[in-house]
Amino acid sequence: MTLALYVPRASVVHRLPAGAKLLALAALSVLVFAVPTWPVVCGALATVLLVGLVAARLPAATLLRQARAVLWWLVGLFVLHWLLSDALTGAVTVLRLLALVLAAAVVTATTRVTEMVAVVERILRPLEGLGIRPARIGLVIAMTLRFIPLIAERADRIREAQAARGGSLRGLRALTTAVVPLLVQVLQLAHTVSEALDARGADDVPVRRGPRAA
Amino acid sequence: MADPARGIELRGVGHVYGDRVVLSDLDLRLSERRIGIVGANGSGKSTLARLLNGLVVPTTGRVCVDGLDTRTHVREVRRRVGFVFQDPDAQIVHPTVAEDVAYGLENQGVPPAERAERVAEVLERYGLADHADHPAHLLSGGQKQLLAIAGVLVMRPARIVFDEPTTLLDLVNTRRVARVIEELEQQVVVVTHDLDLVDGFDRVLVVDGGRVVADGAPDSSVGAYRELMVHR
Repeated sequence: MTLALYVPRASVVHRLPAGAKLLALAALSVLVFAVPTWPVVCGALATVLLVGLVAARLPAATLLRQARAVLWWLVGLFVLHWLLSDALTGAVTVLRLLALVLAAAVVTATTRVTEMVAVVERILRPLEGLGIRPARIGLVIAMTLRFIPLIAERADRIREAQAARGGSLRGLRALTTAVVPLLVQVLQLAHTVSEALDARGADDVPVRRGPRAA
Repeated sequence: MADPARGIELRGVGHVYGDRVVLSDLDLRLSERRIGIVGANGSGKSTLARLLNGLVVPTTGRVCVDGLDTRTHVREVRRRVGFVFQDPDAQIVHPTVAEDVAYGLENQGVPPAERAERVAEVLERYGLADHADHPAHLLSGGQKQLLAIAGVLVMRPARIVFDEPTTLLDLVNTRRVARVIEELEQQVVVVTHDLDLVDGFDRVLVVDGGRVVADGAPDSSVGAYRELMVHR
């Protein structure tokens, strides 16, 4: 399993600050929802593709993978709109969502997780007075991204082990018999991870940190 | 006040999990540069390793590192004693290689420029420089273990404890990690089932039933351990 993570390239898009890219993503969302017309939506999609493929020099497969992940959802949405209103509205709706999915993929593929997390921490900093620790929230985000593929990998291993003993690889039964051993493994992993965080000085986290750099 | 000459000291140490006695009556001074700890599964050796940097606090007795009690000076102790776990997947907490190595330095409040320099240096040293921006979960088992070691070394601890660092590795990567351990300038304490790994160490402890039953040069300790296992 792969997540749309950072794709290293020496491009101007990669060098842009994470905050600017997130702001641009927010502005694009507002634009395509506020002005849902053919020219705006097609223009937005073309711009995203130009920025992603030409300016950021991302592989087409990176964007294609993201589009494929939401393909059936978009098809369903198009059919629903076609049945309830008309095909043109359905096409505009689908294209604007596709533009946003691809724009988000471009942002995540050109921005290191730590840069993204630093932005989240900056946004949350005013809440420190309420006892919220932005660094901890940032760590949770980074760890979520880190452990999703790992846990998916472990789930696959459990399913394979069960299949090797005659169990089913797919279907509801396979899912239910995999849940308990996976839960046990995840709890064991969580215990060791908490020890590792302690060993690497998680409790030493300063309240304020400078910008992250690897 | 910290005194590096004192090394790691255990005085009257015992530890229990619920009703189960895991370690009892340990009195040790660990000052040699290369120390191995061997023992059967469930012998208490991993708990002993965790005592050395305060991940586990003893139920009875005291563990001191450079004169600092792990019960009262846990942060200082953890800065002095790095810990490498058996499963690198549990130790790698950030999605990409360089970000993960930088994690411990962020916790120490190291400024970004120095952080970047130290991360680059340690990645270069362990042949991971070309993988700096790669997702950690796509590395091989050997590379993940090197990344875990790099994440600890970048923090420049004076001592490093390894808990079964080669258990999940193939022969080539086992040799690679053994070479890395051999080249370290720091004091290392290695808990292992791999008896070849402790060959050439200064001292090897054999733990059985929560007690140290042999303590000496690798040849005599490993011999005692083999003898013990034959009669098990």
